[in-house]
Amino acid sequence: MDVAIIGIGLHPFGRNPQRSGLEQGEVAVRAALADAGCQWQDVQIAFGGSTDAGNADALTNHLGQTGIPFINVANGCATGGSALLAAASAIRSGQADVALAVGFDKHDHGAFKVDPQDWGLPQWYGELGLCLTTQFFAMKIQRYMHEFGISEHSLAQVAAKNFSNGWLNPNAWRRGMRALTYGDVLDSPMVSYPLRKYMFCSPAEGGAALVLCRSDKARQFQRRPVQLKSAVIQSKRAGAFDVFSPYLVVDSVPSASQVASRLAFEEAGLGPEDIDVAQLQDTESGAEIMHMAENGFCDHGEQEKWLAEGRTELGGRLPVNTDGGCLANGEPIGASGLRQVVEICTQLRGEAGERQVPNQPKVGYTHVYGAPGLAGVSILQV
Amino acid sequence: MADQVPIAEGLFTWPDESPALIGGQCSACGWVSFPMKPGCARCGAEHVEARQLPREGILWSWTIQGFRPKTPPYTPPESALTDHGEEKFEPFGVGYIQLAKDIIVEAHLTESDPERLQIGMAMELIVFPYRRNEQGNWLMSYAFQPQAGSQGEGAQWM
Ligand SMILES: [Zn+2]
Repeated sequence: MDVAIIGIGLHPFGRNPQRSGLEQGEVAVRAALADAGCQWQDVQIAFGGSTDAGNADALTNHLGQTGIPFINVANGCATGGSALLAAASAIRSGQADVALAVGFDKHDHGAFKVDPQDWGLPQWYGELGLCLTTQFFAMKIQRYMHEFGISEHSLAQVAAKNFSNGWLNPNAWRRGMRALTYGDVLDSPMVSYPLRKYMFCSPAEGGAALVLCRSDKARQFQRRPVQLKSAVIQSKRAGAFDVFSPYLVVDSVPSASQVASRLAFEEAGLGPEDIDVAQLQDTESGAEIMHMAENGFCDHGEQEKWLAEGRTELGGRLPVNTDGGCLANGEPIGASGLRQVVEICTQLRGEAGERQVPNQPKVGYTHVYGAPGLAGVSILQV
Repeated sequence: MADQVPIAEGLFTWPDESPALIGGQCSACGWVSFPMKPGCARCGAEHVEARQLPREGILWSWTIQGFRPKTPPYTPPESALTDHGEEKFEPFGVGYIQLAKDIIVEAHLTESDPERLQIGMAMELIVFPYRRNEQGNWLMSYAFQPQAGSQGEGAQWM
């Protein structure tokens, strides 16, 4: 059973003091239902979650308590990707014709607060100030720069690109973004060497939702359904260099992203050369650079050349993070992965306005990554 | 003199004149992990035996923690407290140190100046008093420091 995405919806990302996280999720769901041309009563199963903003199934208090199975997902940054995989699986299995995937969140300012015991880590690891995702990203890019000759210039270039894309996106966290240029990024304070403040995304708020449908019924609702060619989630492998690793093994262990990417291409019967537009997890700008190679789009170290040639810019060969990515949108953990899918659908439907990728892109790719080493990839086609 | 106790039991050998980190080695497949805990991350076997890890290694990657981590879980070291008991955060070095061909461990570094840290430099383990607990005893923690006279590349296992 093939699966299509028939409805996409967002609540704008950023700081939204007037709304709870759950209410932002509700706005996203209503927008996705309206986009699909269907009613909440048409949805037969739902999956969703947030990290800091409550239970997704409480959305039925607002949307209507229709009695459907509504399963709460708690997979950190991959919450949205996991909800998408589960919703697609429900349709493939014949359990439902129409399914919902939703994510939303609302976080405090500053770095995410982490309880090591929630992650199966000893208390001392947190006491000593080692349980920070920012440290992981800094040490991963530091090693990567050393091995593959990536420059600080590239780190700043990627951040400036995403802020520039975000400024063209009415749903992005725009406040102050126009001012963030290449120079601003390099002038911002060092947070975790070699990464500076504006190379990192910030915790934020927002909601994102998708309505999925079996492909053969999709056109009953939506004139321009987007086919979900694959949806893959992978968790960490022993010894891999992933978030929250008190130890790791020198080499030979692929990251969750590398495996998820390979499996997603296999499932879709497509390769990296077929992708016209991509969303790659940019928790910080170095992550986007490393994920270009981990997802098979270029060789390790080739990113310098790609960036120098502008290949990941809006008019380039493979535009990346066309909506501004996590850097310009901020990261509401539960919503972030589905935002990526919403953006790719928007691009494939040719509805991205000022940030529309030229030449009618046909195939898109999303990649989400987060603690404790989870990766999710989806491939979409029109 | 106040007692010195490890910040966590079984983390390193203590008391010991030349302490070592304690890893776990899977009895079934030989996989080495750190810190030691029951259950092998590779094969799932339940039984894991303690294995002392080498005290010296090379710096595999590093960063400088530039902002104060959130509390909980972070507890600042005694060295971050002024005479009046106020806290003054100082950035600290964090790194991955390759101790053997099959294991790299995460640790505090004694050095927090980016100019003086370099991937590949030789490092050695130290155990140091981190902070006092409620009983007034020192909680001992571990860190790696650049080895005296190290100029760049240390031992290689390749
Ligand atoms: Zn084992």
